Amino acid sequence: MSALLEVKNLQVRVEDREILHGLSLTVNKGEVHAIMGPNGSGKSTLSHVIAGKPGYEVTGGEILFKGEDLLEMSPDERAAKGVFLAFQYPVEIPGVATMTFLRTALNAQRKARGETELSTPDFLKKVREVAASLNIPQDMLRRGVNVGFSGGEKKRNEVLQMALFQPSLCILDEMDSGLDIDALRIAADGVNALRSSDRAMVVITHYQRLLNYIVPDYVHVMSKGRVVKSGGKELALELEESGYAQFEEQAA
Amino acid sequence: MPAELETVERVRRIDVDQYRYGFETIIESEKAPKGLSEDTVRFISEKKNEPAWMLEWRLEAFRRWQTMQEPTWARVDYPKIDYQDLYYYAAPKKKPELASLDEVDPEILKTYEKLGIPLREQEILAGVVRPEGERRVAVDAVFDSVSVATTFQKELKQAGVIFMPISEAIREHPDLVKKYLGSVVPTSDNFFATLNSAVFSDGSFVYVPPGVRCPMELSTYFRINERNTGQFERTLIIADKGAYVSYLEGCTAPQRDENQLHAAVVELVAHDDAEIKYSTVQNWYPGNSEGKGGVYNFVTKRGDCRGRNSKISWTQVETGSAITWKYPSCILRGDNSRGEFYSIAISNGYQQVDSGTKMIHLGKNTTSRIISKGIAAGKSQNTYRGLVSAHRKALGARNFTACDSLLIGDKCGAHTVPYVEAKNASALFEHEATTSKISEDVLFYCVQRGLSQEEAVGLVVNGFVKDVLQQLPMEFAVEAQKLISISLEGSVG
Repeated sequence: MSALLEVKNLQVRVEDREILHGLSLTVNKGEVHAIMGPNGSGKSTLSHVIAGKPGYEVTGGEILFKGEDLLEMSPDERAAKGVFLAFQYPVEIPGVATMTFLRTALNAQRKARGETELSTPDFLKKVREVAASLNIPQDMLRRGVNVGFSGGEKKRNEVLQMALFQPSLCILDEMDSGLDIDALRIAADGVNALRSSDRAMVVITHYQRLLNYIVPDYVHVMSKGRVVKSGGKELALELEESGYAQFEEQAA
Repeated sequence: MPAELETVERVRRIDVDQYRYGFETIIESEKAPKGLSEDTVRFISEKKNEPAWMLEWRLEAFRRWQTMQEPTWARVDYPKIDYQDLYYYAAPKKKPELASLDEVDPEILKTYEKLGIPLREQEILAGVVRPEGERRVAVDAVFDSVSVATTFQKELKQAGVIFMPISEAIREHPDLVKKYLGSVVPTSDNFFATLNSAVFSDGSFVYVPPGVRCPMELSTYFRINERNTGQFERTLIIADKGAYVSYLEGCTAPQRDENQLHAAVVELVAHDDAEIKYSTVQNWYPGNSEGKGGVYNFVTKRGDCRGRNSKISWTQVETGSAITWKYPSCILRGDNSRGEFYSIAISNGYQQVDSGTKMIHLGKNTTSRIISKGIAAGKSQNTYRGLVSAHRKALGARNFTACDSLLIGDKCGAHTVPYVEAKNASALFEHEATTSKISEDVLFYCVQRGLSQEEAVGLVVNGFVKDVLQQLPMEFAVEAQKLISISLEGSVG
């Protein structure tokens, strides 16, 4: 069985600077991988390149998703194939009701996959169920996408979309940034409810704290555009003790 | 299907350069000789079988026009117009006096069918395909210089509402026309309005008697078909005491390399406790992707809240024309009267838009509200120009203005030119303005969730204009939403 996501010797440039210098990562279905590392180590670049954000130039290596060449696909095609990126800073879209956004996006994905669109009652039923489980009030769904949402609400909205779209790969970019403990717990519970043998997750974070709530199967340490160490969940605790400095030298 | 998706579906089927109303109808037409002189004015008046007073009115306007200069203060740039190189009258060759729709040239009916305008009232009345609860719309269709068909005349007559081509109203209701024509936009008002007064050929006339709520939406579709022809329509709407009317206009033109001139005048009069709601979806040909061709649109629209507690509301969706010069305004004369202006102005390609409104507060406790949404894409320039003024006797005047501009890409421009004049201390005017760009981050967020780039732009723009779209009558709102996305086709990527 082939891996869900295979990143092979990936080299990425932004303008004239190389950010990733040959990064490799393999993620199988059902696994949760944590990627840790200091600022500027290339964690967010990796998540953006997987999702297809413009502005990055891939100069070498490849990314296979379900055995297909991901880099050949447009970002919306990747989404329809099951790549989901939970943003560190979800954007606001004034005047577009969250409900409208969710339905438009879900139906766009379904259509791209050749599935029928969801009927309005079916859609509403589904959204209400998921929203209730995440403590998202109906009123929030009627407001503009993320407009006037607190940090916690924005992150819950990301998890809501994850639950609705049922992607096969979830990349969580710094999900804990800007969240207090209670907000973090609610968001993490939502994510944990989505763990399944069909789905993989890549959790990007600075801090070990998040991994107390979303417990990974594997931990990778990134430094200066490379994975410098991989291990089990105990590696995160080790890092908490000793810090990133040891790897900085190693990478250099 | 959500409207946004449907919108984009339609966009996909259309090429960047394709204006969907850009077809030409080949029909025989009768034109006045090229150029403008007293003879042209006499020719038009005679064609319309007008009484002598009307001809005099036109001639006076023409003489005044000859002394006037074309205004240059707007932020638009176009080559000088040769007014002697235009046709001022073109009519389908068939006699304009028609007993029924069956006598209308079938080619013209086909044109309106292509435009999706329901002229065949009998089919609508039969109601076979009409969905539950859909409102009926009475239509007056103006083809070049002549009104070709007005529907639902009988039903409107029962309610006492007069809705007919203005050329007919001049003959059948001369007292009403004499009393109101030029009473809001005088013949001396401005270069283009004066030109219109001299050579206007047709348009719609509406009179709603006291206490009557017009039983249906009234609508006029304007179509410029002939080459080198100016269209100068004149619309006059009067809501008598306590009356209500909602009126819609739509405009299209064929795709041509040369520019077509359009200089219309619209006058609204609202008496005590009356309300007029006037909506426009303007989609004249905007020119091609290199800026060649397109309609020059110089329009004077003004409403007079003549009576106490009267209300006039303008809603416009402006997506077409190479040049737009248009300021639908309200004179708030009656105490407690209210003026509203809701506008979406979209420019793409090489379009230039200079549009806005004037709210002139004369009466006590008059209120006005301005919501303007400008969207500039491509290499276009989009200007909001507005005036809010309070006379020294307009005690307690209130205005709220919000002007928002959205830029798509980095080769377009958005400009806001607000004038505010308060001549008494009790006036309270609020002005808010924002300019923003559709950011890469917002677009990426949307495409990461499965929307295509174009769907994403459509969604963001529709969100941006939502406050104004809500003001449009339902059947127009859907059309307008589609139009917005089509107008922005090719603006990203």
